Amino acid sequence: MEPFVISVMIAATPFLFAAMGELVAERSGVLNLGLEGMMLMGAVTAFGVAFTTGSTVLAVAAGALAGAAMALLFAVLAISLMANQAATGLALTIFGVGASGLIGQGFIGQPLPPPVKLAIPGLSDGTMAGRILLGHDALVYLALAMAVAVAWFLARSRAGLALRAVGDSADSAHALGLNVTATRYAATLFGGAMAGVGGAYLSLAYTPMWGENMTAGRGWIALALVVFATWRPGRLVAGAYLFAAITQAQFYGQGAGLGVPQQVLAMAPYLATIVALVIISRDRALTRANAPACLGRPFRADR
Amino acid sequence: MLRKTLLAATLALSAAAAAAQAEPLKVGFIYVGPVGDFGWTYQHDQGRQAVEAAYGEAVETTFVESVPEGADAERVIRQLAASGHKLIFTTSFGFMDATLKVAEQFPDVKFEHATGFKTADNVAIYNARFYEGRAVIGTIAGRMTKSNKIGYIGSFPIPEVVMGVNSALLAAQAVNPAAEMHVVWVNSWYDPGREADAAKALIAQGIDVIMQHTDSPAPLQAAEAAGVPAFGQASDMRRFGPAAQLTAVIDDWAPYYVERVGAMLDDAWESTDTWGGLAEGEVVIAPYWNMPYEVATEAAAVERSIRLGRHHPFTGPITDRDGVERLAAGETASDEMLLGMNWFVKGVVGDLPN
Repeated sequence: MEPFVISVMIAATPFLFAAMGELVAERSGVLNLGLEGMMLMGAVTAFGVAFTTGSTVLAVAAGALAGAAMALLFAVLAISLMANQAATGLALTIFGVGASGLIGQGFIGQPLPPPVKLAIPGLSDGTMAGRILLGHDALVYLALAMAVAVAWFLARSRAGLALRAVGDSADSAHALGLNVTATRYAATLFGGAMAGVGGAYLSLAYTPMWGENMTAGRGWIALALVVFATWRPGRLVAGAYLFAAITQAQFYGQGAGLGVPQQVLAMAPYLATIVALVIISRDRALTRANAPACLGRPFRADR
Repeated sequence: MLRKTLLAATLALSAAAAAAQAEPLKVGFIYVGPVGDFGWTYQHDQGRQAVEAAYGEAVETTFVESVPEGADAERVIRQLAASGHKLIFTTSFGFMDATLKVAEQFPDVKFEHATGFKTADNVAIYNARFYEGRAVIGTIAGRMTKSNKIGYIGSFPIPEVVMGVNSALLAAQAVNPAAEMHVVWVNSWYDPGREADAAKALIAQGIDVIMQHTDSPAPLQAAEAAGVPAFGQASDMRRFGPAAQLTAVIDDWAPYYVERVGAMLDDAWESTDTWGGLAEGEVVIAPYWNMPYEVATEAAAVERSIRLGRHHPFTGPITDRDGVERLAAGETASDEMLLGMNWFVKGVVGDLPN
C-alpha cells in the first residue's frame, strides 16, 4: 500500500505542474498545444544545470525559465502576430522535441544523484502515514501548493477575475480598460514555466536522467486533463491523481498476476478518463460555465 | 629528384583513389527510438558510427530517429531510397511490411531489416540471439533471488520478448527450481517514467531481482534506489546502478554493419538471413559485478558453453504453463519455434495476450 501511494504521488506531480500552468493559460483564452515541447526543454535544461552545478534549486529555476522562454516564443507568434494558436502550439512541440534532443546530446548516459527528500526526524520515517505524507522531495509539495495558489488566484483575487474576463470575452475586457495582450502574455509565460518545472521533475526526481523524448506523451495527457477538469483547479488535482493511481494500479495488478488481460489494464487509465469526461459533460451548464469562451481566439483591439 | 618523383607518385595515387571514391556509398538507418535512449537505438547508432570509422570517405551515412512503426515508416524509408541511399537498415520489428513494400518499388536499393522474418531479393534480415544472453542473466537471477520471485519488465508481448522471458526463467530454474518470473508489460519500448513505475511496483510486491526488455536505464535506476539487484539492457548501464547492476546483455551491431557495408562496397551483397549470438559477438555479456564469486563463475560457465555451442538455452523437456509439452527430452528448439514463440513456460506469472 505504502509504495503504491508514494508512486501515485510521484506519477501525478509532472501532470499537476504542466496541466495547472496550461489551465491558467487557457483561462486567459490562450490554447497552447506546445506542452510536450516546453516540458522537454524544461527537462533537458534542468538536467544540464543540475549536472554541471549540482544544485537542484538552480536546476528547477532553469527548467522554469526554459519553459517560459519557449512560451514567450509561442506568445510572440500567437498573441502578438496572431498566428493560429493550434498550429503554433504543435510547431512548438515539434521544435521542443528536436531542440531538447540537440541540447541533451552530451548528457546521454549520465546519471544524476536523486534529489534530497524532505525528512522530519521521527515523523517522516516513523509511521506509514509519515512516510507517505512527508517523505517526498520538495517538488511534490510544491505541485500541490501551486494548485491551491492557482485555485485561490482564479476564484478570489482581482487579477484572477481580470484573467478570466480576458479569457471569456476579450472585447469586453478591453472595453473595461484591461490589458488583454499583457494578461495573455503573463498567463502563457506562467504556463510555460510550469510545464518547464513539470519537465524538470521528470529529469531530476522521477527518473534522474536525461533521455530524448523522455516525457513520452505526458504533455498531451496534461492537456487532456485540463479539459477533464473542466478548467477547475480542484478537479485537476483529482484528475491527475486518479489518472496516476489507475496507471500505477495496473502495474501492480500485472505484477501480482491478476489474470486480467494486460490490454484491458493498459486501457484502464484512459477508459476511466473518458467515462469521467462523459459523466461531467452530461451536465452542460457545468462544463459551459467554466470553459473560457474566447479559448483559442486571437484578439485584435479595434480601437 | 627522387623526392619529387615520390611526391608525384603519391599525388597520382591519391588522385586515383579520390576518383574511385568520388561517389561515396550512401547508407541509411531508420531508428524506432531516439539515438539518445542509451539502449536499443543507441547501440544501432554505435554500429553506424563503426561503419563510418571503418570506411571513412567511401561511405556517407544518414539516420532518421524516432520513426513510428506504421504508415510513417514507409514514407521515411521511401524518402531515403529516393534520395540515393543504396543500402538501408530498418532497425525495428514494426518496420517489416513498410521495408518490403518500399523494397519492391526500388529493386536497385538493398534493404536490411532487423528482427523480422520476411526477405526478398533485395531485403536481407538480421537479428541477434538475445535469448542466449538472457540465459546467462537468468542463471544469475536464479542464484541471487531470496524470495524466488524475479521481475521482468516487458515492452510488447511479441515472440522476441516472450523467448527472452522463457530463456531467463528456464536458466534460473536450472539452478533454483522454485524460481518464478513476474512479467509486467509497459506497452512501450521507451518511456523512462513508466519503466521505473513498473520496476517499483514489482519491488513493492516482494520481487527482488529485476530484468527488463525495454530500452531506458530507468528500471535499473529504480532498482538501485530500492537496493535491489538488476540487469542492464542493450548497453552496459553500470553508471545508472553501480550497486545494482549484476551484468548487462549488450547488443553489438558493429561487426555485422561493417561486414554488410563492406559487401556492398565489394559488390558482393546478397540477401541473407543472419542470426548471430554470443559466438558471433553480436550478443556480449558485460563484466560481472555485485555478486558472489561462485555465481559469477557459474554464469561464465553458462556463457561459455552457449558460445561454444555445447548448450542450447531451449533444451527439452520443456512444458508450457498450460501443461502442453513443447520440447521432448534432449530436443532443442528450432529457430522457427523460437521466432513464433507465443507461450510461457511453467513459473511465469502474468498475462500473455495472443
